[in-house]
Amino acid sequence: MSQYVLRRLLIAIPSLLGISAVLFFVLALAPGDPFSELATNPNVPPEVQAALRAKFGLDDPIYLRYLHWLNAMLHGDWGFSFVSRMDVDKLILQRLPTTLYVIGSAQILALLVAIPVGVYAATRPYSLFDQIANTLAFIGFSLPTFFTGLLFILIFSVNLDWLPFVYSTDIKATGIRWVLEMIRQAIMPVAVLGLFQAASMTRFVRSAMLDVIRLDYITTARAKGLGQAKVIVKHAMRNAMIPVVTLVALQLPAVFGGAIVTEQIFRIPGIGSLLITSILSNDTPVVMAVTFVFACLVVLFNLIADVLYGWLDPRISFR
Amino acid sequence: MLDKELRSMIGQVKDGRMDRRAFIQRLAAVGLTAPLANQILALGGVAMAQSPSPYPPTKRGGGGPLKLLWWQGPTLLNPHFATGTKDQDGSRLFYEPLASWDVEGNLNPILAAEIPSIQNGGLAADAKSVTWKIKPGVKWHDGKPLTADDLVFTFEYASDPATAAVSISTYADMTVEKVNDLTIRILFKNPTPFWANAFVGAYGCILPKHLFADYKGGKSREAPNNLAPVGTGPYKFVEFKPGDVIRGELYPDYHMPNRPHFDTIEMKGGGDAVSAARAVIQTGEYDFGWNIQVEDDVLLRLEKGGKGKTTYAVGGDIEFIAVNFTDPNTEVDGERSSMKTKHPILSDPKVRQALALLVDREAVKKAIYGRAGRTTANYLNGPEKFVSKNTTWEFSVEKASKLLDEAGWKVGADGIREKDGKKFKLLYQTSTNGPRQKTQAIVKQACQKAGIDVELKSVVASVFFSSDVANPDTYSKFYADIEEFQIPMTQPDPALHMRRYISANVATKENKWQGQNYPRYVNKDYDAAIAAAEVETDLVKRAVLYIKCNDMLWQDTVFIPVMHRLTVDACSNTLQPVVSGWANRTDNIQDWYRGA
Repeated sequence: MSQYVLRRLLIAIPSLLGISAVLFFVLALAPGDPFSELATNPNVPPEVQAALRAKFGLDDPIYLRYLHWLNAMLHGDWGFSFVSRMDVDKLILQRLPTTLYVIGSAQILALLVAIPVGVYAATRPYSLFDQIANTLAFIGFSLPTFFTGLLFILIFSVNLDWLPFVYSTDIKATGIRWVLEMIRQAIMPVAVLGLFQAASMTRFVRSAMLDVIRLDYITTARAKGLGQAKVIVKHAMRNAMIPVVTLVALQLPAVFGGAIVTEQIFRIPGIGSLLITSILSNDTPVVMAVTFVFACLVVLFNLIADVLYGWLDPRISFR
Repeated sequence: MLDKELRSMIGQVKDGRMDRRAFIQRLAAVGLTAPLANQILALGGVAMAQSPSPYPPTKRGGGGPLKLLWWQGPTLLNPHFATGTKDQDGSRLFYEPLASWDVEGNLNPILAAEIPSIQNGGLAADAKSVTWKIKPGVKWHDGKPLTADDLVFTFEYASDPATAAVSISTYADMTVEKVNDLTIRILFKNPTPFWANAFVGAYGCILPKHLFADYKGGKSREAPNNLAPVGTGPYKFVEFKPGDVIRGELYPDYHMPNRPHFDTIEMKGGGDAVSAARAVIQTGEYDFGWNIQVEDDVLLRLEKGGKGKTTYAVGGDIEFIAVNFTDPNTEVDGERSSMKTKHPILSDPKVRQALALLVDREAVKKAIYGRAGRTTANYLNGPEKFVSKNTTWEFSVEKASKLLDEAGWKVGADGIREKDGKKFKLLYQTSTNGPRQKTQAIVKQACQKAGIDVELKSVVASVFFSSDVANPDTYSKFYADIEEFQIPMTQPDPALHMRRYISANVATKENKWQGQNYPRYVNKDYDAAIAAAEVETDLVKRAVLYIKCNDMLWQDTVFIPVMHRLTVDACSNTLQPVVSGWANRTDNIQDWYRGA
């Protein structure tokens, strides 16, 4: 098994290199320039813009810039933001807690809703409960988050005035009041994201469960006289969870990547909003760092998912 | 004659025979108003009226928190690196210049003890030097005193090309010397009638020498204080997260009495303009929302029974359609829109005039800008003293058609005009932006009625405004027949605004399209007038020269002004902000207070 993990990690190296090269060249070829805002400002002569470009090495050939970047990355230097003039890793670390909190909570909410609902619906297919759950799931994943987000704001902030819609990272309170405020301001974004995720995941859990529940070993377990709860939880669910684990594992990197649209709507200072503002202002080092970390996480979580399979189903062997 | 009359009036004001207000009214009657009047008086030896904005609070602090919402959050806090106004706004909370521009475009002393004038010996008669006196007793947030050394250092820091400061040109062509601990003298290389640029406004913010001395030049980006400002401003730095939030707290040793009013200040970034308007006007979560570029209909709806309102400030920002004088479709030496070509259609002045008649500015104002725009015939729209009264505009399809007929463009069988077998077709480009696309549609419709076929094109803003030499879609390459965008006027003086269009500034392949004269307008008279204005020390004559330049641009239809745009902000009903159209939003932040 450890050999398997090692081999997978070694395979990951060339693929990560490939990903970084593609990202870098695509970004370098993309139009735009981090100092374009200076162009219409009559106070700033074009020479200043040219000097800035030279200072940040933007005029070097692309392959040289890539090698510089790669070399720095290997030494743990993530780069330097053109726009903020500070180190990229600081910029990312500053925003990570918020993203983990909001997006992580949303994922947990999604799991908490999807697994019980999906499993229960699968045990009683085509019952009233199943029909309602299905309908809601369809509505849930057909509505985009920017729509539900605005709807929530209109209802809960503007009309009812219950919840704030501007997310604040420093709440001026301590102790229990701080905790309550943190929860209060996260309710809307977490609900919007969590329910959207839950909708598609419910469908997934349900169909995975339906596949398993018809198998012979479940009938055997029932014939043995085991109770319904034990059959479902211990025997059926463990096997049904294999595809669900893949889905969740592949979604976990998104917890770090943030949710671009939702973060923008609620002004959550997370990685997603960092990425979008960096893209808009052509701050390549930041875009590069965020997307590359994201790529690393996808590779890593794929590996974790594969290892988890073996634990869930000992028949799957590592070769 | 005007000159003589003026001098005698200045004399009367000096002796107190005529009051200042009457003087300004007399000047208004001849089309030269308030800010000019004040500068004339300053040159004539009468001290500038300090425009005290009413400030009722009688003690420092006690105003609670001030919550500002900038939908583009500041990303750095060194005013000399600030690429956008958002960064200047954020830096200005902590750093201060010698003086700032007030609502009318007058200078308001901040760190200066007084505004230089001829009378107090601050201004030299030859316009080649300015002496500023610094207010005594001002302390940096870390307790060290502010001295002339800090100003001299700020000049050295910004003017060093290795520092790569964006304010470098503000400090070009001058030297700054220390006279004594609280006095500096700026010596200009050439006579500089507009002396109030260095140490004034956003790029005038003064840095503490004791914290930045080691980070001048190549090491500038390593300064820890780039992200943790220590200034002299009304608020002391607490916390900064780029793009997200800036927090500050009241500075108890601030140098102005009873200021600031608020105990803490927070500037939150992110989101979009509409929801920012909502958070200020509708729910009242925030006190002030920056740059609310939202359709007027939406704002009016939000304002109904809301907790806030919109506020407007008049500056000189102009949205216009520029006309290409060269041919964008012929390539000469690998360059389109080359100076060696002439535009096949638009080089005819009658055609350009016809085009100007087809832009329905009233409709654009009504349908798009609402209260945030004013119609105008001028390229130069402020300050008042520089605004030409000689120009007019109108919208008339009939008159345009008549002009086009005269120019030999006859309506063809398909309703499109043609001349010598060539169809009248124009490519009209702009950046992707709701109001601009709507303006394009309005203009296109009118052109169709007059028999002109207009093809519309919109380019993503990050490309359109970029200096990318390889990209054909930038505004400076101008590979189109006409193009629309906005040029902001960053200071209440037309020098930089008007200088762009001299022949030496034409954008060409040779200068990598960095020349700012993208219509490729060439007019010897214009060049001469600009050259004369730049060294003219008589402010009246100087104003007249710039008005003449504006009129030339109008006469030759280089630009078709679409809208004189005002700045729009959202503001809670209880907040009393002081916002000048001639400066950054936060340039007078010390005077903000909360009242009924």
